[in-house]
Amino acid sequence: MTFSFKSHSWIGILGLLTIACTGCGGGANASATSAPDAEPGVPYKKFSNAVHAVMMADRTVYASKVVTRLKKQDAPVEPSEYWEEEEHTIPLPAQMFRMGSELVFENPEAGFTYALKSKWPLNEQNKPKSELEVTALDFLAENPTENFYGEEELGGQKYFVAAYSDKAVAEACWSCHNDHPNRGDDYPEFAKDDVMGGVIVRVPID
Amino acid sequence: MSGVQKAWLALVGINLLIGGVIAYSAFASSASTKTMFLPGDTSHGHYQIELRCDVCHTEGSGLREDACLNCHADELKLAKDTHPASKFNDPSNAELLSVLDAQSCITCHREHLPEQTLEMGLTMPADYCYHCHQETLETRPSHANFAFDSCATAGCHNYHDNRALYENFLVKHAGEPDFLDQMIVLGLEVDSSDATSSPLTIDDADAPADWELNEELLADWSETAHAAAGVNCSGCHQTQPGESSDAVTAWSDMVSMQSCEVCHSKQVETFVQGHHGMRLAQDLSPMTPAMARLPMHVDAAHRELTCNACHPGHRFDTQTASVDACVGCHNDDHSRSYLGSGHHVAWQSEMRGEADAGSGVSCATCHMPRLEDSDGEVWVQHNQNDNLRPNEKMLRDVCMNCHGPGFSIDALADEQLIQKCFDAPPTIHIDSVDLAKARFDEQQRKREARRKKK
Repeated sequence: MTFSFKSHSWIGILGLLTIACTGCGGGANASATSAPDAEPGVPYKKFSNAVHAVMMADRTVYASKVVTRLKKQDAPVEPSEYWEEEEHTIPLPAQMFRMGSELVFENPEAGFTYALKSKWPLNEQNKPKSELEVTALDFLAENPTENFYGEEELGGQKYFVAAYSDKAVAEACWSCHNDHPNRGDDYPEFAKDDVMGGVIVRVPID
Repeated sequence: MSGVQKAWLALVGINLLIGGVIAYSAFASSASTKTMFLPGDTSHGHYQIELRCDVCHTEGSGLREDACLNCHADELKLAKDTHPASKFNDPSNAELLSVLDAQSCITCHREHLPEQTLEMGLTMPADYCYHCHQETLETRPSHANFAFDSCATAGCHNYHDNRALYENFLVKHAGEPDFLDQMIVLGLEVDSSDATSSPLTIDDADAPADWELNEELLADWSETAHAAAGVNCSGCHQTQPGESSDAVTAWSDMVSMQSCEVCHSKQVETFVQGHHGMRLAQDLSPMTPAMARLPMHVDAAHRELTCNACHPGHRFDTQTASVDACVGCHNDDHSRSYLGSGHHVAWQSEMRGEADAGSGVSCATCHMPRLEDSDGEVWVQHNQNDNLRPNEKMLRDVCMNCHGPGFSIDALADEQLIQKCFDAPPTIHIDSVDLAKARFDEQQRKREARRKKK
């Protein structure tokens, strides 16, 4: 009985210690893992505007500081749609932009995607696909100075969508597009500052 | 021991035996009994390594995410893949991807389904282009009568590699004749200018003193590019490839692939990507003709495919490797027909010194072409399957060295002509070049009209 009593006592003490330790541990853990207040998130709209600003800055620098400079210097290099095939050529600004977007598509850490689309694409694969893209590009064509924001669900995932007008800023852009062999019979004759398409940024909504 | 005890003992013994066989099959890398676990025969591309289940599968029999690209990523990069997964990651493609998940290799290339597997390892219905390219019927009136299961046939379009099959390329080469004025392949100059050592002679050979002198071997070596570039016996026969000859402490009569790789890395790298060397890439025994699904000469059945199989002895003879080594094993109609073809006649003329260097056409000319890197270096692609997946890949690097694109496309699309190894002009015609040219001319007419209007 004594043994039995002692045994029970030890079990009881061990039990209390366990509860106490668990309690302390739990508290300590809770204290250790309770991070300070979560960092305030960047609103989707602000984030989209920010990444779009970077994209346009890079694109402008490429077009004005690289391509235009080469042309001005009569450098033996010129932008060409078939730059991978032809000697002494470099990618068109729009191709550089698309290659960048494909790298972002490949990057699961990026947290967003973007694409350049148009109601009048020279490459059929760049036409708007979702209903919201059609709405966005129509809106931008009618409201060149405004941005378009919305939400849509694609493949079971909700997205915040921002669309920014893509305008004809350099003569080389619209003259090449207007004269491109892939243009259809009803292709608009673009001129300076016309909306030629839109940059569409998507951020998945958690 | 009672009868019941004996029965129990026997039962336990049988179970242990069965368990042992299963355990061995599951874990031994070369166990032939593993075939019991194959859910179906693998394709002609993978059967050589099908018993290395772990190359493609996780321990739980799932599919390894990196399985396909581990072996094929470089090839797709070289082919400038026109349908990489990144092109489909735009969320606006979600609806299309729910029908055809073009982001995943196994959507089209599933394994162990021989009854469903079409040419090129395709396990999809052949009209897969339909799901994304329906507008083609409207934008290309010339295509209105084409069926979607005919898009990816010889000479029109390919899914991954369209380097020679896009309109601009076809139009640019449209006017070229069937037989070009100059029919020469890239030259393969052996450049020993980078060699760090001086040319060697027989007297310089550094084989061990106790090595039994073989004057024929030494004479052969002394006449090769190896000796000219200062590669001594120890350069290949040491057990630690890549070490300087001063560090040689162990001699090996056998020359390992790793020794060759020290100087010929691109060749070895591509060799293990093709059917000849792919088993070596997975640490399996070398491929032998006995394992092949293609018809092979019986007397060659047990030859092991390493570098030495085609570059034997101490001559490393590229002429032997270009024809004799191939037809010494391969015994199918295409290989046998080569020996009676005009291509072989041209090869013999070149070998006799009666024709220009590079004017002959050996097996290697087409299946192991000489490629030029961006830095101008010419090297030999040793993955003999590279330009057969699909065979239109041969257009750019091989056929168009000597022939116009129209003639080449027709020839590559003519199955019977392929069997006869191109012993006559093609008898069928593919419209690709004509369609591209007609569209280009139409576009030019419209462009001129627009310019006049302005």
